[in-house]
Amino acid sequence: MPQIFHPSTNTLARVSLFGAVFLVGGALWVLVTLQRSSFVTRRGVPTTQPVPFSHQHHVGGVGLDCRYCHTSVETSSFAGIPPTQICMNCHSRLWNDSPTLAPVRDSYRSGVSLQWNRVHNLADFVYFDHSVHMAKGVACVTCHGRVDHMPLMWKSASLQMEWCLECHRHPESYLTPREAIFTMDYEPQGDRVALGRELMKQYDVHTRTDCSTCHR
Amino acid sequence: METEPRPAGAPQNFEPPLVAPGYSFATVTDKIGSIVLGRGAPMGWWIGFGISFALVMGLMLSIAYLLARGVGIWGVNAPVGWGFAIINFVWWIGIGHAGTLISAILLLLRQGWRTSINRFAEAMTLFAVACAGIFPLIHMGRPWLAYWLTPYPNTMGLWPNFRSPLVWDVFAVSTYAIVSALFWFVGLIPDLATLRDRAKNRSARIAYGMLAMGWRGSAAHWHRYEVASLLLAGLATPLVVSVHTVVSFDFTIGIIPGWHATIFPPYFVAGAIYAGFAMVLLIAIPLRAVYGLQDFITLRHLRNMAKVLLATSMIVCYGYLMEAFFAWYSGNPYEQSMILNRMTGPYGWAYWSLLACNLVTPQLLWFGRVRSCVPMLFVISLIVSMGMWLERFVIVVTSLSRDFLPSSWGMYYPTFWDWSTFLGTLGLFVMLLFLFIRFLPMISIFEMRAILPEAEVEGHVHS
Repeated sequence: MPQIFHPSTNTLARVSLFGAVFLVGGALWVLVTLQRSSFVTRRGVPTTQPVPFSHQHHVGGVGLDCRYCHTSVETSSFAGIPPTQICMNCHSRLWNDSPTLAPVRDSYRSGVSLQWNRVHNLADFVYFDHSVHMAKGVACVTCHGRVDHMPLMWKSASLQMEWCLECHRHPESYLTPREAIFTMDYEPQGDRVALGRELMKQYDVHTRTDCSTCHR
Repeated sequence: METEPRPAGAPQNFEPPLVAPGYSFATVTDKIGSIVLGRGAPMGWWIGFGISFALVMGLMLSIAYLLARGVGIWGVNAPVGWGFAIINFVWWIGIGHAGTLISAILLLLRQGWRTSINRFAEAMTLFAVACAGIFPLIHMGRPWLAYWLTPYPNTMGLWPNFRSPLVWDVFAVSTYAIVSALFWFVGLIPDLATLRDRAKNRSARIAYGMLAMGWRGSAAHWHRYEVASLLLAGLATPLVVSVHTVVSFDFTIGIIPGWHATIFPPYFVAGAIYAGFAMVLLIAIPLRAVYGLQDFITLRHLRNMAKVLLATSMIVCYGYLMEAFFAWYSGNPYEQSMILNRMTGPYGWAYWSLLACNLVTPQLLWFGRVRSCVPMLFVISLIVSMGMWLERFVIVVTSLSRDFLPSSWGMYYPTFWDWSTFLGTLGLFVMLLFLFIRFLPMISIFEMRAILPEAEVEGHVHS
C-alpha cells in the first residue's frame, strides 16, 4: 500500500502551524493599522474644492485672523463658513479678474452659495460645540493643525474617538491661554503640563469622559 | 428489562465488568470503527439527520429574520429584557458541563467507567457550547458589533467594561470552548490514526490522515499524548466549576430581587452537571440501542450516571430550599414578595413544574430497579432536562417581571420566533451529533482496548 502523504508533508505541517500564528497575528495587525491609516481617516489628504482656497496664503501670508471668516466660532457650535460677501470684501478689488476666482464672483452675482466640500465631518451621533472649546482654552491649531502651512485644506487629526478622548482624558497637555488660542505658532514658556493644570483651574476645565458628554 | 452477566454466587456488591466479556483488541476496533467506515449510513440516520437539518434551516431563517427586523420579533420588552435567549444560553452552557466533568475530573479521579462515554460526552459539550454561544450574540441587537466585547486596540479608545459579568462571560465561554475543543481533538488523534489505517477509500484516508497529524503510535507519541491529555484535563477541571459560576454572576451582580442568594455559583454548577448528565443519558440510551453498543455502554455505566443524576439533583434541590430560606431570612420585603410571587404568582405553574421535574422525579432513582430500567432512565432524563430549562425560565422571568416598582411590572410571552430559535438550536445540536457519529468514532477505541482483560495481562491498567 503506497503512503498517502509525501515526506515533504511533514515540513508543510510544521510550517503551517507557525504560519497560522503569523497569518492570524498579521491579519489582526493589518486591520488595526488600516483602521488608523489616512486611507480610512483621510487625515493629511487634501480635499478638492470648487475654488482652491489656500489657508497658507490667507493665514500665513496675509495674516488674517481665524475669526475674520469663521465668525461664529466663539459663540456657536458651528465655527461658520464665510458667505461669499466676506470673500468679496477683498476680492472685489484684488484678483478681481482671475479666472480661478470666477466661481466666487458668480456666487456673489447670483446669490447662490459656494458649495464647499466638508473637510472635518463628524459623525451625526457626536455632539460637538466649538464655542465651549474656545472658552476653555483649546486653540484652533490644537485640533486643526498648522492651517497656515496648508495650501489646500486637510484634516490634521483622525477625528476618531480615541483622538477626542486623548484630550478629554488629559486636558492639561493640550490647553492654551485664551489670548493665544487663535495664534498659529504659540509656544508655552516652561512646563506645558504645569501651565495646563493652572489653566484647568482658571477656566474650570475638567476631564469629560461620560458617554453623554458627546453622545447625547 | 435488560439483564447483565452475573456469575453464580457473586457477592452482593458485585460490579459487572465495563466491557461485556468476549471482546479482543481487534473486535473492539472493528465494532466501533465499522460504524464510521462502513458503507453508507442506516436509513434511521438519514431520517434523523434530515429532521434535525430541517430544524437548522429553521434556525437560519429565524436568525436571518432577526437580523432584518431586530430583537422586537421576540417577546422581550421592558421589564423582561432577558427572555428565551438568556434562558437557552444558560441551559445549553450547563448541558456542556457533564462532558467536561466526565472527560477531565473523572480522568483525574481514575474512574474507569468514563471510558466508553467520554468521547461523545465531550462532543456533546462542544455542540452544546456552540448552541449556547449563538444566544448572547443574537441577543445583542447589533450582533455584527459583537467583537466590541473583546479587548482590542480599537479606535474608540475604549476597553470593554471589565466590571461587567457579561464580559467575564465572553472570557469564560470562549476559554471553555477552546479547551474543550483541544481536549476532544487530542483525545481523538490515536483513533483518527486507526481510521486512517483502516479506511479503504482514498479521500477518507487523506482526511483522517491529515487530522491524525502523523500519529504512528510510537512510545514517544504515547508518552506525549499522556502528558498532553493530563495537562488538558488539569486545565479543564477548574472550567467545570468556573464557567457556570461566571454565568451565575450574570444574575448575582444585578440588583433584581431573587438573584442574590449567595448559593448561586455552586447551585448553578450542580444544576449544570445535573442537566448535563441527563443529556448524556438521553444521547447514550438511543445510541447503544441503535448501534448495538450495549456491550460497551453497559447497564453499569447507565447506573453510575443515574447515581450522579440523583446526587446532583439533591444539591440543586438544596439550592431551591436555600433560595426560599434566604428570602425569608433576609427580612427584605422585596425578596420575600419575590419568592411568594414565584410560588403563587402568574408563573407559579413554572415553579411547581420545575419542582416536580427536578425534585420529585429523580427520587425514583433511589430504587435500584429504576436505575437498571433503561426506558425509565430515558424518561427521567427527559423530565430532568425540561425541569432544568424551567428552572432558568423561573429565575430569569419571575424576577424580571416583578421588580421593586409595581408600576413597572409586566408579563413575558414568548413569540413564534422565540420558539423557532430554541427548536432550531435543538436541531443544530442533534444534527452535529448525527454528523459526529457518522464521521468520528463515538467511543474511544484505544481507551476501550486498554480496559479489556487482554490489556491487563501486560500488567498495566490504562486509566
